[in-house]
Amino acid sequence: MTTHSYTSRRELEEHSFNPAVAILVPLAAVVLQALLPRFNYRLAILELPLLITIFFAVSRRSPISGALTGAVIGLLADALTGQPIGVNGMSLTVIGYIAASIGVQVDVEAWTTRVLMNFLFSLGHSLLLFLIVKRLLGLSHEQLLWPYELLRAGVNTVVAMPIFLLLDRTKHIE
Amino acid sequence: MDSFLSRFRNALVLVGLLVVQAIGLAVQIRRPVESGAADSRNVTLARSWVVGLVSPVERLVHFAGHIVRFGWSNYIDLRNVRQQDVALEQQMAQLRLRQAALAEDALQGQRLQALLAFQEHYVASTVAAQVVGTSGSDLSRVLYLDKGAADGLRADMPVITPDGIVGKIRDIFPATAPHTAQVLLINDQTSGAGVILANTRIRAIVRGSTAGQVLITNLTQDDRIKPGEPVLTSGGDQIFPRGLPVGTVQSIVPDPTHQPYTILRVKPAANLFQLEEVLVITGTEPKLPAGVQAELATAAASTAAARAAAEKAVAEAAAARLAAEQQKQEEARSAAEIVADRLPSLTPPAADPSATAKPKATPGTPDAKEPGGAVPRPLPTLHSDRYSPGATPPASSLTPGGAAPPQPAPPPQTNPEP
Repeated sequence: MTTHSYTSRRELEEHSFNPAVAILVPLAAVVLQALLPRFNYRLAILELPLLITIFFAVSRRSPISGALTGAVIGLLADALTGQPIGVNGMSLTVIGYIAASIGVQVDVEAWTTRVLMNFLFSLGHSLLLFLIVKRLLGLSHEQLLWPYELLRAGVNTVVAMPIFLLLDRTKHIE
Repeated sequence: MDSFLSRFRNALVLVGLLVVQAIGLAVQIRRPVESGAADSRNVTLARSWVVGLVSPVERLVHFAGHIVRFGWSNYIDLRNVRQQDVALEQQMAQLRLRQAALAEDALQGQRLQALLAFQEHYVASTVAAQVVGTSGSDLSRVLYLDKGAADGLRADMPVITPDGIVGKIRDIFPATAPHTAQVLLINDQTSGAGVILANTRIRAIVRGSTAGQVLITNLTQDDRIKPGEPVLTSGGDQIFPRGLPVGTVQSIVPDPTHQPYTILRVKPAANLFQLEEVLVITGTEPKLPAGVQAELATAAASTAAARAAAEKAVAEAAAARLAAEQQKQEEARSAAEIVADRLPSLTPPAADPSATAKPKATPGTPDAKEPGGAVPRPLPTLHSDRYSPGATPPASSLTPGGAAPPQPAPPPQTNPEP
């Protein structure tokens, strides 16, 4: 008789995804992010690539996987902008890595954790983008509008909840 | 060594990914990022792969949305269409009148420009395109069009709407997405355009900001600049033709970080946040296009005809008004004035130089235009004799002691000259 021994939360709750889901969901997030502001410019406040990066990172609970997921999604998003490719990529790489690392330590299935995590990661993403654009690209007139960034974090947190619930159905427990 | 790698594997992967991307960024920003110029070849290749992957989906969604909107607006939602039609016809009639009024000025301006050998660039050809996607980011304000290299679009072509300028073509993707072009909006932080303030004729550069505003930041304090002043393209950037509307000055505040400069916030003439269709200017020429010239000539001819008719009507109205006033004056004249007119005047007729040009009046009737100023002429004689006026020869023709000259024939029965 085979016996299993679980030594950590990571081994207990590590999830995997169907390859089609792992490819199509990030792609859909990037496409939707480019499409939605065409219908209403205020929808540019959404950060669907960020939300998808957080979800896959905390679900897989692997920092390497989270960093790679963030890098790929960020580079895809960058390619559609007029900015140099790598701005979003670097930011989402860091976010994916940290999200996966946190997912190992805490219960990311709880609502409170998800709300807090999405809010803070959204703020962190804005801060990272600001630093990259200001310091690496040298755009000196770049400004960080904190009220707007707080609003953006709140909106993305609200939007993240139903998306996470929907994507929870695509998980496979390993 | 193995234990080190296994222990810090995650961190090493993270650092590796960040370093690779940072190097990629460094390679890209070797070119100036401020100008909004197109990418280098390698970056364009990577970008075009992604655009080639995403743009078909965007076009599909756009097409589906177009079908739904078309069906709704053309077959279902037709309320108030007739009223709108009537209102539009009235508006069109007014616009035609305005066009006719402006056409002559335009032709005159063109003639004057030709005299001055001033090189104006008129929009010769445009390509209409629809917006199918955006960058999806507040940090980069770009749009994607459903027309691209296959439709004749090239980088740096200006993009406008009938309301004003929108931006310029930043990139095209001939290999992977020949029917897609990327537009850099004028409110992007890396964008810029040469402009001129319409009233004060001050030249400046508009730039975008992080918040998506259009700003002028290179002007010092000037009291002549007021909010509401129109801003037009100056043509100095060699991208936008001269004279296209950019927007209006919305506010003027001192720049706290760069004194003594000011920040002029410009309200864009085109709604940059809700663009559906745009025009890409694919060609300009120094002369007006032939079709436009013909339209202007037609409008100017109609204006001249209308002006001649109006002048004729004004002249007729003035003549009628003058006649009516004269008649009224005649009616208002008292009997004493009429008698006074008929009385002899001390004014000699020769004193009036115009008297010679006047037609002969009937005897006994004073000249109506010389009230009381002319002596009535004597009535003609019925039977002339030697005492009749004119029957006696002048003294200069007589010779002392000579024979009397023969009697002249009696004068005709006409009014003798005074």
